[in-house]
Amino acid sequence: MRARPRLADGTGPVLVVLLILLVGLAFAGPAYAEPSGYLALLKRAAPLVVLAVGQYFVIVSGGFDLSVGSLVTAEVVVAARLVNGDDANTWWVIALLLGCGILVGLVNGLITTKLLVPSFIVTLGMLLVLDGAVFLWSGGAPRGALSPSFRVLGRGSADVPGLGQLPWSVIVLLVVLAAAVWFMRSGTGRTLLAVGDNENVVRLAGGRVDRLRLLAFVLSALLASVAAILLAGFAGVSAQVGEGLEFRAITAVVLGGVLLGGGRGSVVAAAAGALSLEALFSLLNLLGVSGALESAVQGVIIIAAVAYAARGAGLQRVLRLRRPVPDTA
Amino acid sequence: MSAVREQVRRRSEAPARTRTFVITPVLVVYLALAVLLVVGSVLVGVQGGVLLDHGGILNILTRGTVLGLVAIGQTLVIVTGSLDLSVAYLVGLCSLVAAETMAGSPAMIVPGVLAALVVAAVVGLVNGLVITVLKANAFIATLGVALVLRGYLEHNYTGPAGSVPRAFQHIGYDRIGPVPVAALLMLLLAAAAWWYLRRTRTGYHMYAVGGDVDVARLSGVRTGRTIVTAHVLCAVMAGLAGVFLAGRLGSGAPYVGTDAGYDLESIAAVVLGGTALAGGRGGVAGTIGGVLILSTLDTIFDDLEMDSFFKDVVRGVVLIVAVALYARRRPARRST
Repeated sequence: MRARPRLADGTGPVLVVLLILLVGLAFAGPAYAEPSGYLALLKRAAPLVVLAVGQYFVIVSGGFDLSVGSLVTAEVVVAARLVNGDDANTWWVIALLLGCGILVGLVNGLITTKLLVPSFIVTLGMLLVLDGAVFLWSGGAPRGALSPSFRVLGRGSADVPGLGQLPWSVIVLLVVLAAAVWFMRSGTGRTLLAVGDNENVVRLAGGRVDRLRLLAFVLSALLASVAAILLAGFAGVSAQVGEGLEFRAITAVVLGGVLLGGGRGSVVAAAAGALSLEALFSLLNLLGVSGALESAVQGVIIIAAVAYAARGAGLQRVLRLRRPVPDTA
Repeated sequence: MSAVREQVRRRSEAPARTRTFVITPVLVVYLALAVLLVVGSVLVGVQGGVLLDHGGILNILTRGTVLGLVAIGQTLVIVTGSLDLSVAYLVGLCSLVAAETMAGSPAMIVPGVLAALVVAAVVGLVNGLVITVLKANAFIATLGVALVLRGYLEHNYTGPAGSVPRAFQHIGYDRIGPVPVAALLMLLLAAAAWWYLRRTRTGYHMYAVGGDVDVARLSGVRTGRTIVTAHVLCAVMAGLAGVFLAGRLGSGAPYVGTDAGYDLESIAAVVLGGTALAGGRGGVAGTIGGVLILSTLDTIFDDLEMDSFFKDVVRGVVLIVAVALYARRRPARRST
């Protein structure tokens, strides 16, 4: 064990960015002068952070999951119709949603690993299927309503001894993050990272590559279901609730310095990336930048983040070349 | 050098292989299209209609024109081992640029088209440079550019703008028998793109770069320049699609590209046509087959008066099944 806690590689820059944004928020808006403002930000960001953690598992193992946005939409629409405003239905519907998430993840993962289809195509197909299926089933417009007890998870708060009122979504967020960090420190998590780096080496070393990939997709879809439950409570039922969320989650993960193609990056950084993105949107809002330009800013930022990461890696390689390191190949 | 020469040699052998009836992905695509046409005709026939009548052919080809234009460009980019997610917003942007420049006056048709294509080329150049100079992953680079375009469109436009003179609207509606002129132009461009990929130096370089960037670079290919060229050409094709749509709609529409989902749809058509998403393998002929399959599916569903949401489900399944079939065949071929 290490004597002192160390940040995983690539976590530094995003934490600096996050800190700058948070300080900026404090200057820009009076609401952020006290902790409750930041708590509200955390509550707002919770679904995206949960999604980003799920997307992280898939990206770090070398894949993409484009289906999470439509999965969120599908689950919110399904939940509204099945719950139908009745508190008695809340719990079995939540269980059903999580089950559906696992099923979607299994299908994504099995097609990717067994039929050897690139995950980009599999999840793109899944996106089309989910979008079509849900609207086919609901007849084009979401019907029904969520029950008050369902919405508590997204918008309600719980009394936590010592901390006072803490929103449920923040509690869920912390639990998910802690579990993800624990998972990535376990043997399975480390092997997952290795799969993204070099699949063949893991296979030759006796790792079950297919099973790990499958696990990543299942985790991503499961966490997308959790995000759907939070979003449904927070934002309510609409057919556009998940639109563009897949790209936003990928943006967040990449902003956290996680390498597309896998093998590099930490889950804390991915979560910090999601939080930074949400903080950035809040800041732009406070500064009076129109909502329409939000996506333009998002675009410039992800290009800058990836370019920085790529050039930074290039710089490191140059430095390493100067040192007389024996070639490992 | 030998790697490139080897590849060139293999390409020149390709016609000989088709003559001995080795099943190539392109053949599979067109066989699938034929099967789809037969099955579709039977299904529509059972309901008392005719699939391939005058209107049906017109419908298939009109639907295929825009997607075809975008997908031809996307093929060049994917063969080079890259990807372009910005085409959907670019289509909308170019339709606006063309329609606003024309502003209803027939004298401005040529400047309008040129302006749209120049804007497209610049966007393509930005895509290419962000990928090659800033070394950003193609997925992120073009997604970023797409978001920037989206921000610009959302900030400046709320609905259709500009107007296209009647003379230019002919390009959208004129036809020879059941065949729209625009579809013929699209096929002509497809032929040109085929020739470009298979018969020119830069075309070969695209395959080389898509196959393995490092090998290509070590073989003396200017990889950066090749990638930028592919992106500029792809963007110009998307620009043409936007111009055509402006002609069809009579004005520019900011979300005409995204409503139809041309970004992911064009990638689907390319992959359906047997082009490997990782690059280095495939071509335009298969892509046109993929486009025709998608537009035929749409037309069949229309004729059967099927729920439009059902289309998405079938499309998703077809896409996954098709790519799974290609993926199955590849390891077997490698071992021989």
